[in-house]
Amino acid sequence: MFGRLTIEAFKHDATQSMAVLSMLFGGVALISFITYLKRWKWLWNEWLTTVDPKRIGIMYIVVVLMMFLKGFGDAMMMRLQQAFSVGDSQGFLSASHFQEVFSAHGTTMIFFVAMGAVFGLMNLIIPLQIGARDVAFPFLNALSFWLFASGAALTLVSLAVGHFANAGWLSYAPLSSIEYNPGEGIDYWIWIVQIAGIGTTLGGINFLVTILKMRCPGMTFMRMPIFVWSCLCANVLIILAFPILTVTLFMLALDRTLGMHFFTVAGGGNYMMYTNLIWAWGHPEVYILILPIFGVFSEVVPTFSEKRLFGYASMVWALIFITVISFVVWLHHFFTMGASPYVNAIFGILTMIVAIPTGVKIFNWLFTKFRGKVHFTSPMLWFFAFLVNFTVAGMTGILLSAPPVDFQVHNSLFLIAHFHGMVIGGFLFGFFAAFTYWFPKFTGFMLDEKLNRYAFWFWSGGFLLAFMPLYMLGFMGATRRLDHYEASTGWHPLFILVAVGAVILFCGANIQFFGLFWTIYKRKQNWDHTGGDPWNGRTLEWSIPSPPPVYNFATIPTVYDRDPLWDIKHGKTAPPKKEYEDIYMPINTPIGMYIGGLSLIFGFGMVWYIWWLVILSFIAILICAIIRLSSKDEHELITAQQVKEIEDEHLRRMKSHD
Amino acid sequence: MTNTHAINDHYRNHQLDALHEETFSKTVFGFWLYLMTDCLLFGTLFCTFAVLHAQTFGGPPPKEIFSLPLVFLETMILLVSSVTSGFAILACVKNKQPQVTFWLLITFVLGLLFLAIEITEFKDLIQEGNSFQRSAFLSSYFTLVGTHGLHIFFGLLWLVVMIAQLYKFGITIETFRRLVIFSMFWHFLDLVWIFIFTFVYLLGVI
Repeated sequence: MFGRLTIEAFKHDATQSMAVLSMLFGGVALISFITYLKRWKWLWNEWLTTVDPKRIGIMYIVVVLMMFLKGFGDAMMMRLQQAFSVGDSQGFLSASHFQEVFSAHGTTMIFFVAMGAVFGLMNLIIPLQIGARDVAFPFLNALSFWLFASGAALTLVSLAVGHFANAGWLSYAPLSSIEYNPGEGIDYWIWIVQIAGIGTTLGGINFLVTILKMRCPGMTFMRMPIFVWSCLCANVLIILAFPILTVTLFMLALDRTLGMHFFTVAGGGNYMMYTNLIWAWGHPEVYILILPIFGVFSEVVPTFSEKRLFGYASMVWALIFITVISFVVWLHHFFTMGASPYVNAIFGILTMIVAIPTGVKIFNWLFTKFRGKVHFTSPMLWFFAFLVNFTVAGMTGILLSAPPVDFQVHNSLFLIAHFHGMVIGGFLFGFFAAFTYWFPKFTGFMLDEKLNRYAFWFWSGGFLLAFMPLYMLGFMGATRRLDHYEASTGWHPLFILVAVGAVILFCGANIQFFGLFWTIYKRKQNWDHTGGDPWNGRTLEWSIPSPPPVYNFATIPTVYDRDPLWDIKHGKTAPPKKEYEDIYMPINTPIGMYIGGLSLIFGFGMVWYIWWLVILSFIAILICAIIRLSSKDEHELITAQQVKEIEDEHLRRMKSHD
Repeated sequence: MTNTHAINDHYRNHQLDALHEETFSKTVFGFWLYLMTDCLLFGTLFCTFAVLHAQTFGGPPPKEIFSLPLVFLETMILLVSSVTSGFAILACVKNKQPQVTFWLLITFVLGLLFLAIEITEFKDLIQEGNSFQRSAFLSSYFTLVGTHGLHIFFGLLWLVVMIAQLYKFGITIETFRRLVIFSMFWHFLDLVWIFIFTFVYLLGVI
């Protein structure tokens, strides 16, 4: 009846039970809070069934923040374990639990924090920057979000029911084969990533069509904001890379559930093929994460330097070059596999070449500030933190790209320090800059600048303390994923230093969370008095009210150059005429959420071998899809008169705040 | 704000037409991109097959288990079904609904026949003890051909829904759009099959 799901799956050790209880408590508290406020109907109508990319973007960010806390919790557990578990002391985590923690940390942070943040930003910013009222396929967009959310939910379920994967965030074969890993953990990982990954593929198609087909009149390719360019490249990468992941996970699942022989040791399987395939997706994946962040800084730096972006064309070509080359470097993740020196040398050289376009970008940002009026606001501070840490981590990446060096530090903490420099120093700081920069656009008020600055110093200092010693530990021979080591190694003091750094980072994150709630509570004091353009912006999103009305632009703008708003403000182009027209917007639908929920049930059934549940939920998904695909195209009409009222209301509200 | 659709105004009808036209062009382009992702999906399966096709692990090699005449029949059936789905589109452009339904039904029957032959082929292989568990070669063979078969299955489901929609709505902007992308999907599967026929069956038997 319940496949291999037994009562055993609900028994956990103390630390895990704590996490489960706090999760349940949080859930119950949230539900009662919403009930107390009588907000269910509002939640359903305005959020859960929405197809508005702005709302979907905000929901992405909410899920990201929740999953970020979970992933951070995993990181803290690892750091504390390694600070205590030396010599006779075994720390507070068992070896098997520790394996689950590091696997969960990577999976959560990459798939549900970084990817979610990228899609959140794309949803929020792309339509506004290209002067569009919507994305190309609004329903598909909602579906992408709900598949993402369903993957995130399955991650949380794995915390409470059974065990998570224990073979690292990429579940290398043959460790992940049924022979060596008969439990449900790997299956959780497969279906979590598969469900979210399909959502990502659909999202990639959606945004590529949006960017290529929905730009406003006059916005040629070379007039697009760099953020849009970077998303264009990231979406091309998604479309080209994610199908490989889908197939690889599919084959691993077939190996495990149907006894096939793709990646097994016996039967003629080839487990190195798994490593190859997973990195053929995995390397483009890291560029999918970092390219939009390059785009973010290309918006932030010109705005706060009051100067046009230096080297726009070279920026674009650098992006395109990185997009292409990201597909031919995957082998550098396993130089030690034993390919011939010639193969390793070629991949090493190709990897080093990536530094050239990246360097072009760094210098372009620096030259943008040169002789500009630089404002030291918090998004700009995150840029400085990014610049230093990303460059250092990039340099260590160049070291790693040389096969002889890689043989020495492969799988050591040196590698961990390198890629955390890229994802924290690069991706996360960029996300913080984007969050601070565009927050007023979608709320109408500013984040607390003082708390932001505190957070910046905690993150910058904490980061150096938490990750610089890892480089040293790597050289001293400490490998990654250690749950215990001997005192004679001499690593203990450095591990303590690292743990202190992690605690400082945790304080920084908490200041940000507190700052977010504090700002919302004190929003009246933090009101954006300009009504839509608090930073003296340059691109189209700042030309409309904050928060933007559902149709974004009352009049679709026409663009004559880059930085269209800047030109209007400086009298180079005439402001758009206030002519209102009827606007058609798509109608809300709950079907995206239904399919997301059913996918969660489907994934759960696959993990526990509950075949009737799998079949039922799959049929239900098909029925939902057929219902949606058999409906007529329906639109909601907003008349010109209503548009005028909404726009006038915004003007009135803006004046009353002054 | 919900005066959905109850609009007589000529101007608004015109605006809605423009909206539909835009939806059509976006949908067709988006579906092309989807087909490209599907193409990469099959590409990865082909690569896997290329790596594993010699790993028979003591089991039968391709030569011993493939029956070319049967596969040739399958190929012909699928190619003809592609032509009939094309006829359905032509009839749709001419706005002849009974003809559209007729050609779609023919396409459905041919697709079903194709799937039936494939399933029989799989069943025979499994009964002879050459299942997907036998060797890495057979795993990759069953997965590559089976994934194509699964696509055909979903295509057939789509056809049923399409025929029902035509019956209910007639030829409208929406049903025409859906028919066009169905036809793209069906032609794409044909193309993939030609690669399977060449690289899996023909090269396997040679």
